[in-house]
Amino acid sequence: MPPNLTAEPVIAARALSKHYGDFAAVDGISFEVPAGEAFGLLGPNGAGKSTTMKMIGGVSQRTSGELSILGLDPEQHGPEVRAHLGVVPQQDNLDEELRVRDNLLVYGRYFGLPMSYLKPKADELLEFAQLTEKAGAKVDSLSGGMKRRLTIARSLINEPKILLLDEPTTGLDPQARHILWDRLFRLKESGVTLILTTHYMDEAEQLCDRLVVVDKGRIMAEGSPATLIREHSTREVLELRFGSERNTTVAADLEGIGERLETLPDRVLIYAADGEAALEQVSARGLHPITSLVRRSSLEDVFLRLTGRSLVD
Amino acid sequence: MTNSLSVEDYRLTGRTRALGALYSRNARAVIARGLRATKSSNWMVMVSGFFEPVLYLLSMGVGLGALVGTVTGPGGSEISYAAYIAPALLAVSAMNGAVYDSTWNVFFKMNFAKLYQGMLSTSLGPLDVAIGEIFLALLRGALYATGFTAVMGVMGLITTPWALLMIPASVLIAFGFAAFGMAITSYMKTFQQMEWVNFVMLPMFLFSATFYPLSVYPQPIQVFIQALPLWHGVELLRQISAGVFTAATGVHVLYYAAMIVIGVVLTTGRLRALFLK
Repeated sequence: MPPNLTAEPVIAARALSKHYGDFAAVDGISFEVPAGEAFGLLGPNGAGKSTTMKMIGGVSQRTSGELSILGLDPEQHGPEVRAHLGVVPQQDNLDEELRVRDNLLVYGRYFGLPMSYLKPKADELLEFAQLTEKAGAKVDSLSGGMKRRLTIARSLINEPKILLLDEPTTGLDPQARHILWDRLFRLKESGVTLILTTHYMDEAEQLCDRLVVVDKGRIMAEGSPATLIREHSTREVLELRFGSERNTTVAADLEGIGERLETLPDRVLIYAADGEAALEQVSARGLHPITSLVRRSSLEDVFLRLTGRSLVD
Repeated sequence: MTNSLSVEDYRLTGRTRALGALYSRNARAVIARGLRATKSSNWMVMVSGFFEPVLYLLSMGVGLGALVGTVTGPGGSEISYAAYIAPALLAVSAMNGAVYDSTWNVFFKMNFAKLYQGMLSTSLGPLDVAIGEIFLALLRGALYATGFTAVMGVMGLITTPWALLMIPASVLIAFGFAAFGMAITSYMKTFQQMEWVNFVMLPMFLFSATFYPLSVYPQPIQVFIQALPLWHGVELLRQISAGVFTAATGVHVLYYAAMIVIGVVLTTGRLRALFLK
């Protein structure tokens, strides 16, 4: 966190809930985000991440609980709060009737910003998003990655203090993702508070200072990626594949190896401080997996541990 | 990129203003967006919308008018059939332009282009969006009305300077339909439901004393037609075109004023329910 920023939270949610009829999309979550932090909401589809983002953005009304953004309630001061937010929705909602650069200019006008500010700003953002050559192109001629970058460029037109990113890199190829991560990292360095939802553990690990694991509208755990892994998983994981028929039956024979055992339909996971040592024990029991892999524990394992389900179904 | 943020940057004042949660006094940004989009893609629709009533006026007014001869206009004077139906067609074109903009156009933007979703992630509130879209519909209505009035002038159908008041009156009519149309559209979920709009518009166009006087109908049907909005528009413009003003003129204007108020209130409420739920 940049040292010149206050420790007072810019976002504070207390017992925040959102019900649709009987269904609780968000079920009493509480968290605080200090200025300049990159804060993540990690969870599977339908966990309530997007709903939480919409409430922060002041476009969804909570059923109960308290929410304060930059010291204001977004329901009471929607336009004023949103003036300082940048929003990157899950699905791009670019203005297809306008050209690339016009998308930035017109969007800036929605904030009431003057053209004298917007014109150089739009060019600067096109540069930032590597879309300068596409300035006069129609939006529907852009690739998926370009559209995503344009959406992000658009969200920065008002120099937001808080940037809300809902699944920012879903559907992008690895190269496009890395470009985006780099851009987001630069924003964070300049003091912008980032709130992002993702179901990619690597994204969460790369970008987030701190995150909450969300499932079924509730917070299951909170902490930095490293802390969460340390607290909820072992240092290493041994992944074994015995073929889809045998994984379950073999699991019984693996009892006692490592600290914990997780049987998934396609593989068996053995949680151990030393993965190689665990693999030796497996061989010693006369079991020969088709493939074996030792890796570091990830947030995926944390999620599996906390919810009993895997992150990407 | 952004210059480094400091402590003060992270605190907002929270000014309280009437409708502060719904309105940021920036409907002009929505209007500017609409104009820019029209410039690049929608202008064909606009041109066709202008010619439709002109074609009706030529075929019915001039063609059919040759058979009909003169009819009794407002105030009892004998006028040509073309002069009789021209203000009615103007009312219809104001209605059509406003309804197209506020129903199909809004429906598409709402459900497919996700345009409003984007707008409402900014400082804009639902009231900015509603006012902006309705204004665009009115602007189109005003353009059509001006063009059509010019055509009437060229055809020698304008006999009094009062007739120029048809232009603002057309905007009033367009306003009523736009406000109401947008409110109705906000309830629509599918294209099939949208077809109902046409299903209501066409008979209203044909039967609202557009081509012949209301007196041809039996009493109960007259009352029904008089309850419909287009009839008030047709009568209002017909009176203005002849420079004849009565108490009924005031009633027609009030009818539209009420339609506008109800429409704007409903639309804002619905946009709030749809996008700030």
